[in-house]
This record gives sequence, structure tokens and C-alpha cells, in this order.
Amino acid sequence: MADAHADGDDLTQPTHFAFDAQSEAEIPGILAKYPPARQASAVIPLLYVVQKQMQRTTASRWVPRAAMDVVAARLGMAPIRVYEVATFYFMFNTRPVGKFHLQLCTTTPCWLRGSDEVVAACKKATGITQFGETSADGMFTMTEVECVGACVNAPILQVNDDFYEDMDAALTLELIEALRRSEIPAPGSMIGRQTSAPVGGPTTLLDSTPAE
Amino acid sequence: MAKVTVDGIVVEVPNGSNVLQACEAAGKEIPRFCYHERLSVAGNCRMCLVEIEKAPPKPFASCAYPVADGMVVHTDSPMVRKARRGVMEFLLINHPLDCPICDQGGECDLQDQAVGYGGDSSRYTENKRAVKDKNLGPLVKTVMTRCIQCTRCIRFATEIAGVPELGATARGESMEVGTYVEKALTSELSGNLIDICPVGALTSKPYAFVARPWELKKTDGIDALDAVGANIRIDSRGPEVLRILPRLNEDVNEEWLGDKSRFSVDGLKRRRLDACWVRRDGKLHKATWLEAFDAIAGKLHGLDGSRIGAVAGNLADAESMLALKELFSALGSENLDCRQDGAATDVSRRDFYTFNTSIAGIEDADALLLIGSNPRHEAPLINARIRKRTQAGKFPVGAIGPAAELTYPVEWLGDAPSVLAALLDGSHPFAKVLAAAKKPMIVLGQGALARPDGLSVLAAAWKLAGVVGALLPDWHGFNVLHTAAARVGALDLHFLPGPNGKPLPAMLGGGVDLLWLLGADEFDTTKIGANTFVVYQGHHGDAGAARADVILPGAAYTEKNGTYVNTEGRVQRSLLAVYPPGEAREDWKILRAFSERVGKTLPYDTIEALRARLEQVNPVFARIDILPRFGISDTTGPSGDPAGLGAAPFVPAVRNYYQTDPISRASPTMAECTATYRTALAVAAE
Amino acid sequence: MLSDKDRIFTNLYGLHDWGLAGARARGDWDGTAEILARGPDAIVEEMKASGLRGRGGAGFPTGMKWSFMPKQESERPHYLVVNADESEPGTCKDRDILRHDPHKLVEGCLIASFAMRAHACYIYVRGEFYNEARHLQAAIDQAYEAGLIGKNACGSGWDFDLYLHRGAGAYICGEETALLESLEGKKGMPRLKPPFPAAVGLYGCPTTVNNVESIAVAPTILRRGAAWFSALGRPKNAGTKLFCISGHVNKPCNVEEELGIPLRELIDTYAGGVRGGWDNLLAVIPGGASVPVLPKSICDTVLMDFDSLRDVRSGLGTAAVIVMDKSTDIIKAIARLSQFYKHESCGQCTPCREGTGWMMRVMNRLVQGRAEPDEIDTLEQVTRQVEGHTICALGDAAAWPIQGLIRHFRPVIEERIAQYKSGRVARPMPLAAE
Repeated sequence: MADAHADGDDLTQPTHFAFDAQSEAEIPGILAKYPPARQASAVIPLLYVVQKQMQRTTASRWVPRAAMDVVAARLGMAPIRVYEVATFYFMFNTRPVGKFHLQLCTTTPCWLRGSDEVVAACKKATGITQFGETSADGMFTMTEVECVGACVNAPILQVNDDFYEDMDAALTLELIEALRRSEIPAPGSMIGRQTSAPVGGPTTLLDSTPAE
Repeated sequence: MAKVTVDGIVVEVPNGSNVLQACEAAGKEIPRFCYHERLSVAGNCRMCLVEIEKAPPKPFASCAYPVADGMVVHTDSPMVRKARRGVMEFLLINHPLDCPICDQGGECDLQDQAVGYGGDSSRYTENKRAVKDKNLGPLVKTVMTRCIQCTRCIRFATEIAGVPELGATARGESMEVGTYVEKALTSELSGNLIDICPVGALTSKPYAFVARPWELKKTDGIDALDAVGANIRIDSRGPEVLRILPRLNEDVNEEWLGDKSRFSVDGLKRRRLDACWVRRDGKLHKATWLEAFDAIAGKLHGLDGSRIGAVAGNLADAESMLALKELFSALGSENLDCRQDGAATDVSRRDFYTFNTSIAGIEDADALLLIGSNPRHEAPLINARIRKRTQAGKFPVGAIGPAAELTYPVEWLGDAPSVLAALLDGSHPFAKVLAAAKKPMIVLGQGALARPDGLSVLAAAWKLAGVVGALLPDWHGFNVLHTAAARVGALDLHFLPGPNGKPLPAMLGGGVDLLWLLGADEFDTTKIGANTFVVYQGHHGDAGAARADVILPGAAYTEKNGTYVNTEGRVQRSLLAVYPPGEAREDWKILRAFSERVGKTLPYDTIEALRARLEQVNPVFARIDILPRFGISDTTGPSGDPAGLGAAPFVPAVRNYYQTDPISRASPTMAECTATYRTALAVAAE
Repeated sequence: MLSDKDRIFTNLYGLHDWGLAGARARGDWDGTAEILARGPDAIVEEMKASGLRGRGGAGFPTGMKWSFMPKQESERPHYLVVNADESEPGTCKDRDILRHDPHKLVEGCLIASFAMRAHACYIYVRGEFYNEARHLQAAIDQAYEAGLIGKNACGSGWDFDLYLHRGAGAYICGEETALLESLEGKKGMPRLKPPFPAAVGLYGCPTTVNNVESIAVAPTILRRGAAWFSALGRPKNAGTKLFCISGHVNKPCNVEEELGIPLRELIDTYAGGVRGGWDNLLAVIPGGASVPVLPKSICDTVLMDFDSLRDVRSGLGTAAVIVMDKSTDIIKAIARLSQFYKHESCGQCTPCREGTGWMMRVMNRLVQGRAEPDEIDTLEQVTRQVEGHTICALGDAAAWPIQGLIRHFRPVIEERIAQYKSGRVARPMPLAAE
């Protein structure tokens, strides 16, 4: 994470990383998107591949320093350029995180709709006392994030890749308990709204049912 | 050209210039932190803001804004002053107020600009940012809390030094300059980071807390630790040289300096010879000048000229070499040599032994072949120039020799002389690359010449230069890269065996009865005959002094007025910064005094007279600081049989960049570098 | 009130199939080849005539932007890059296009690229839109499979490749040159301008960067005609627009309406009104976090378009309407935005790197009232020292909300300070890590 500035010499770092078969299968398609002389463009996608592989193999989505070196070598970049990228973009975790990465938006639109309650509920349910921490059981890491871009469904709790919307304290406790049971509820509005339509159903596009 | 009006002054600047350059042309000083002429434009510090008429009503970063014809610029309007004051305030809010304990104090851009644009008190009452220091190795000290994120160091490392190891990780306020993974910078040019850092974030580690700039006497000198002849400023206080900095010379070192040349300065204080010594009963005893001279004169007495010899070392100035040569002539000796490494030479023409393209001329070349040379270790500043040329694009570089990381792409053609033969007969594909170039250049290192078939290599390389079109009336692409500061001057003076004289190998093993070493420490002194009487004239207790029967304490390059000729054949003069320690004296004066003692008084009493004699011996010594570029019309090659190449692979002349001479070997800092970079050196040497 | 037949995004809420079949049923990909057959110049002219202004926030005329691209291809290929890095707080409109109407965007990419003589287009989607990106990728795959894009796209003879590229969490990448840097595999740090992307853009080649909505509306404009589009909205503020209404309204939602709709009508008609009624309104941020806040008195009458909002010293921005009722601590609402900008500053240039942190810290103290009254002026001056002095507009964006706050709510701040001094507010301990 960008603001949790780590250096690459952290003792928790594995000394070795190699792409596994599943990752290797994804890479050619990624590289093909960019001109041959511009392979550095693939640095973010490849760091995602790393993070996904880490999640698959260690249940923690993060990018070890050794993996950054592997990405650098694969793309013909100086390692420092990959370190720069991995620490600049907030979605790359440069330290291990819990199995469920709870990303709580607290920016003004979410705050106006009660994100403080959601934060408090998360803390209560996980035992985490402040952002950046991982729960004792290693299941959850809480991170404060900036606007995730779903403001009409605020507040948002993002768990790994999924947005849980229209949250409140009670819904948060329920969600976390479900996750703890390794049940992953369907993402989206948790109060049954049709995506970004107003509560109670759309008031526009009522006659737009496509003619078939 | 574009006509630009700056504060009412009309100047014409080339199209493509930036507004900052136009302002400078008008004599207006523009404050800046991130902008540096030799680095890419970052435009991030926002200090160089100016007002431009008929542009949107906001200040523009002059370093990043291109000029346009008819542009009207204001550098001192209320808008500009306000903007700069604002930027200065932002720079200072998180900058520590530790100037009293900061080594940059007194030569700090931020301090200087704060005088002009800073407030008298701070409006920032929050806590200041603190940043963890980084370990960049034994040379560069970091105090990263002082960093203003201008990124000059990152750009220098990436663009000039060619070691992309520095970066800025994280972002926003948390952005930190460093290597992320702790490691020493692997560059021979790292000291320049200290110069380009506009604040005290990167300072000299060995020089930490040593002196304040206003205490220092500044003397213009010439670096003598390699053959580039970098222009330096020697900063001294009292009898001590405290630091060495580069001095601008666009044709030689631009504004850079190699780490050895900068940081060997602590070697100037250690293992110094500051008194005469005479060996009696197998042990060296301190002596007076008279006693030392008497001992040598006694030994000389009755010796035939053919039984005495002299060797000029790698750091010798031209004046003392001439005095030594003329002393030995007077004594009837032709046994002279300056080639401790045994490098093959043909001094019948100067362009057989100089770097004829010139250092600046590298930028005009369009293809390069290195033969038996690792310029990164032999001449890092020339390597930087080659890298600069490669950065401009379309510059194929091939090399014969063991593969090494030179900081730019190189096609390694193999390390055997047979590759050279294959290039000559056109069977090697790189021959076509060279032939296709309009201005190809060939650089022959000492590793290719200091070998039994050296003369053949020299002849073959010259022949290849002719074949590929590097020898033209308006382009001279044949180059010898020397490693010794004294060498070209010595060759210009023919400090070589006369017609009946002995080269150094023949003087060894009892070939002479008296051997005079003028700072010569770079050959195997154990091969000197057991009964040979050795006079060592020099400044450091190194290999030569250890074997000496008489030691005459001389002056290091910072302690004398001396003339040096660099690998290009450029004649430059260095000034005395401090006096030699103790009894030590400037070398030509020692020789002049001794000549009188043996009744062969040299005909010069002053350095001016000696320099007049230098010019008489070889007119090149009259061309101070001027290096005429020339092409070539007579392409007759040097002596030697191009077909006589041996089979042994080329090996580089410099194995450890950090320790090549008595001064750098005496330097604790260079010893630390050697230890730190041992692995890197080993890899590079493979 | 805009009638449904004039709405472009007919699957805004995802009630219907977002795939190719559903898109075709809604009229997408209808006669695309004929549109292309008009030729690049005619398309650009039609877009100019439509009066479409960029939907990403700055409101620059889209057709004119397209016309800046070189008219001839050279050895440097042209690129279209679509900015789907939607991150402006309050804004979530492009998200709906990506997940519910991706074919409008894909078709728009083909047409716009063709009009700018680009054979390749990258869509840069913010990293957090993981599921949205999956829809978009599926739509791209469908379009390739159907021959709509790829070699000889739509049978037009034009070869066109479309790639999705995901960001990884950096608001600054919504700045067009930072986006290009990011796409090239670097940190998202904005470039110095000039040169502008139309001359030196992606990989040093001529490039146009457009917002998702700007590109996605293009096919419909070209199908229904510039006259239809320009007849909607107000002069110089033509057409329809996606509005995102968040905060203290009864029914937060996204909706497509005409530009120029009164703010009050927008909120009352579509978002169920302000919580507690219009009179309970305190303030509105009308165009995403970076535009200055407006007090109720202005909100009563202001129209939602570029020029009307500029006239009240705010802006339409992304048309993200953040509504705050009287229960809101307005200082804290803006302070949280200052935290946002401090977090998202790339750190490249001095005024933004240093200024965003400074502003945030002062704002955080003002929330408590832990300040001197004259610090309000100091803060105002600091915003002026940031504004207009940075490489990109993030500095301005960080300054404007605070300026708006001080302009309209200075008495609230002064009262907070006075309260703190009088001890009427509980004094929280200062945070050590502040």
C-alpha cells in the first residue's frame, strides 16, 4: 500500500517467487495487448497476476519484492521502476493481508451516508482496532480507501474485488459473519436495490423494455 | 531563432529552447531546483515560474515551456514573486531547519534561494515530515528528511550514470527517493549525485562535518588518477586538501568526476613520504637532502651511462619527466621508459598513441568498436560520454574483450584477437556495421597493447580503421585510451629508450646498476636486480619506495604546478593547492638540485624556464588547453605486423577501478569501495 | 423533463441484457458501417455540430478535441485512449456504462478511433471496477467475435483493435497525461504540457483521451443527428448528461437528464428530495469533489450545466451532485475531501505534494476548532499558492473545495474556533501521528 511505506528489505519477504502454470497461461495474452517495444505497459497487469497467484497459493493477495524482480526481468525493466509502480498504486499490497481484504470507503459521499458506522461495525466484528491491521485469526485486514466510485450506493464496503453497497452497521456485521463462515454473499446492493436506480425502483426508463 | 523579450531585454534564442534558457540569455537568473542542463526536464519544483504575456493568467514553469517568436516574459513581476514565495514556503514547511549541522550549508541552493524568496518566519505549525535515511554505499551520505523530491539524483543515475537504481517510491507526501532495496549504488560516477543534489539530502560521506565551504581555498587542478585529465577544483584548508570537486570543461569532463578522482583525497594524507631516507645495512634511515644526494652521487660515481636507467611513473608531470630525462642524458644514459605496463607504442606520429576523435568528438561518431578496453573502469568519464552518445540513438557499439556491463548496450564480439582479424578481412558481420558508418571510431585499450603482440594489435587496429573508413580528411576515428595521466606527456617527450637504450624489462634483473623511479610503482619491483641501487622519487610509500635504497620525497599532483597531457593529447596545467608535506619538494626542483650536486646542472631555475624548454622539445606543450581537431590525410600505419596477432584473449587493463595508483591505494575510502564493490568488480571482470 | 425516448443510456440500471444481443435490441451497432462510410471528417464535423462537451469534468468540446489529431497517418500510429478511471468522489456514472451498456462504449471507440484515424484504442478502467471490467471485456470479446471490431471492423475496411487496461488505485490517473504514463507502465505522474497528447501522447504518438460517457454517447449522436442532440439542454451546454445524486437525499441514484435542469428539480424529481425536505438543505457539491460547494441559497435556483455553475463560481465537473442536509458538519465534509486529495496527490510537484498535506492538517484542526481565527486567511492563501502553480489540475481540485467552504461558510468556521476556545466543545487529544 502506498502510504504504508515499506522498503523491500522487510523480513517477512519471501526470498523467491516464480509464476505458476496458471499465471504463465495468462501472461501471453496480457503481453499481446501492447506493442513489442512497449512491454513495460504490462507491469500493472503482471503485478495483478502476482497478487492473484499469491491469493491462490497463500490466501493473501500481495506482491512480494521477489515477485517485483521477476516482473522486472520478464518485462525488461529496471527493478526500481517496478518498485516505484508497486508502491505508487494503492491496490498493490506490499505486505501480506488477510484472506478478506476489507476496503472501507470513507470519502465524503460514503461518510455522509454513514461510513463511520460501517467502520465501527467492521472493527467490532473483526477485533481490529485501526486501519492497516490484520485480525488475529488472519482472516481480515481493514484498509481505509478513497472513493471507489459507487457513491449513489454509499456506503461501500469492498471485500477483495467485490463491492457491497448500501451498507449499514447491521449489514456489515452480517456480512463479516458470513465471510467468517467462508460464505461469500452476492455483491451489490445489500438492501435489494436495482443497482444505481432509486430505492423502490426506477422512475425513468420505464418504457424502455427492448422490443424483441 | 526566436526573438524573446525578457523584462524588456530582447534576446534571440534557438527554436526549441525553453523560456528559462531565454531568460538566462537575457542575463536574468531564474531560481531552480529540479532543472539541470544535462538532465531531462522534470518541471516538478515549480521554482522557476515566470509570467508570459498573452498566455493564460498564471505563472509558467520556465524550464518546461518552449519559447515562441515574439514571446514577452516577465521574471520579476508581482505574480512571479508571489508564486516563487509560495513555492519556497512549500519547500520549507517539511525541510528541517538543521542548516547549522548540514554539510550543504553555505553552498545550498535552497538556503540561497530562501534568502530571496523565503519568509522571515514559518506559518506552518504542524509536525514536519521525517524520512528514513538510505544506505547508498561508502561515498554518498543521505539525510533524506532534507530531500525536496526534485528527482535530479534519479535522473542522473538513470540518464547519465546509466545505473537505474534510484527511484521515488510511494506517492504524494510519502514519496521517498531511494533504492527501495538497500544497496550501494553501482556507479563510478556516484559522487556527482552530491553535486547535483540542490540540498543537503545527498552529501559526501567521507567529507561529513569536515569543513565549511567558506573556509576553503579553491585551486584549479587537473586530475591525475586516470588519463582523462578531468578538470578539478582542489579545496584545501591550511596544509590539507579536504575535497576535490569537478570543474566545468565541456570538452573533457563536462561537469562530472569519477569517484576515484573525487574520493581518493584521503589517500593524500596517508603513507606519505615526507623526508629523505637512505638504506644502510639493509634498513632505511631518515636522512637530510644532502645525505640522500650524497648517497646517490656516490653510487653514480664511476658508473657508465649504460648502467643507469630511469622509469617515469603514471602520475608524473611533464616538467619533472623532462628534467629527469635531461639529467639522464647528461649522465650519458638512454635507458628511459614510461611504460611500466609494457604497452606497445609507436611514437613516430602522435596520432598513433592519442585519442584522436577527442572526447567531445565521441558525440559526433556513429559507430564504435572497443578493443581490449573497459572504459567504465579505465576512464569512467569517457564511458559516460559514450553512454551519452548511445542515448542519442543509432550508435552501434561492438567490443572485443571479456564481456562487462558498460551501462549501455554493447555487442560483445568475443575476447580473442582472431575477432580483430575477422573484422579486418571482412568476415565478421560487425565489419559491415563499421563500414556502413560515416564516422566510425575504434578505441584501443591498454589491455590490447600491453602484451607481446601489442605492436601487431596496434597495427591491425589502425589498418581496420582505414578499412572501415575511420581515417578521413575530416574525421579521425583511431583512438588509444590510456589509463595513466603521465603517459601521453611522457610519449610526447620520448621518455623511451634511446637508440641504444634499454626498455624497462631490460633494466630489471640487473640490467642496470642504478634505477631511478619517478613515482613508478606499477610494475613488479621484485624483478629489480638484487644489486641494483634504486632511487625512489615520489610521494607515497608504495611498491617503489619499499624497494628503494634512497627515497627522495616528492609532491603529489595537488602539491605542484604541473603539466599533464591527457589521452586526447590535450595539454593542461594544474596548480599547486597545498605545499608538499615535511621535507618533500616539487619534483622538478629535486631533480634540478640533484643535477647541480653531480655537476650536470640543468639549465632552468624557474618553472617558466623549464616550460620554455618543454615547448622547445615538443611544440605541443605550447598549446595549453587547446586541442585542435584534425582529420588525417597520410594513412600510413604504425610499425608492426597486422598479421602477427597472438592467440591470448584480451584482458582489461584495470582490474579494480578504485585502486590503481599509490594515492588511491593509500585511501581508506577507496579501500572501503573495493570491499563494498568486490562482488560487482568480480562480475564485471568476468 | 427528459422523455425516455431521448435517453441514450436505456439500460442504465442494468434491467436488461448488457451483452451484444441486448445492446442490438436497444439499437446499438445499428448501421455502424454506414456511419463509418461518411468518412472521418464528416464524423468530426457532426460531433462538433452536436455541441457535445467532454463528460469527464473539464467540458472541452469533444468534436474540436478530435479535430486536433493529425489529418494524416504517419509512421507514428494514432491512438484513442478512453478514460474509465472514474474516481472523482461522488461520481459513479461511467461504472453504469461499463457494466450495463458496454457496447455503447465499444461502438463509440470504433467510431471515434476511425474518425481520428486510430487503429488501436485502450480503455483504461480504474482497478477497483473489477466486475465492471469483466463486463466490458466480455463485450469487447463479443464485438470481436461478431466482426464488429478487429480486422475490417463492421465490414468497413478499417482495422481496429480495442484493449482493456486496468489501473490499480490512483485517482491521479484520471488526469489524461498521468493516465498515459500509467498505461506506459510508469507511475501515474502527469506530464508537462506542451506537448499535448494530440502531438505526443501514448508511446510518443498522437493520442486523444476521452471520457467514457463522451465516447459512449457518440454513436447515438451520429445515428440521431447533431441537431437532435444540440436541441436538448441549453445553448453551449447541449444534450443529455448522466447525473449521480448522492448524500442526504431520500433516494440516491443515477439518472440521465438534460443539461440545464434546475438542481432542485433534479433532486426532487429523481432522488426523492432532500432528506427532511428542501428547507433542510445545507449545501450541495454540484459536480464532484473538486468543485466548490454551494450553499442552499444558490441551490434554490441554479441550473445544472457548465456555464450556469461556472457563473456561481462552481462547476458542473462530472455532474456528481453531493447533497448535504443541515445535520452535516460542513467543515468535516470538506476536510474529508482534503484528506482525499492529500492521499491522491502523486507527489511530483512541490505545491501539491506539500500543499495538500498542509491544507488537510489545517482543515482537520478546523473541524475541532483548534485554530486561531487568522488561520482561516492563511489557509485561504495556501489554497491560492497551490492553485494554478501545479503541473496538473489536482492542485486546483484540492484548493477549490476549501475556497468554496471559506467563501460560503466562514462564519461556521469562526464559530467553531470560538467554541473551541471557550471550551464548549470537547477537546479531543491531538493525534500523535497527525
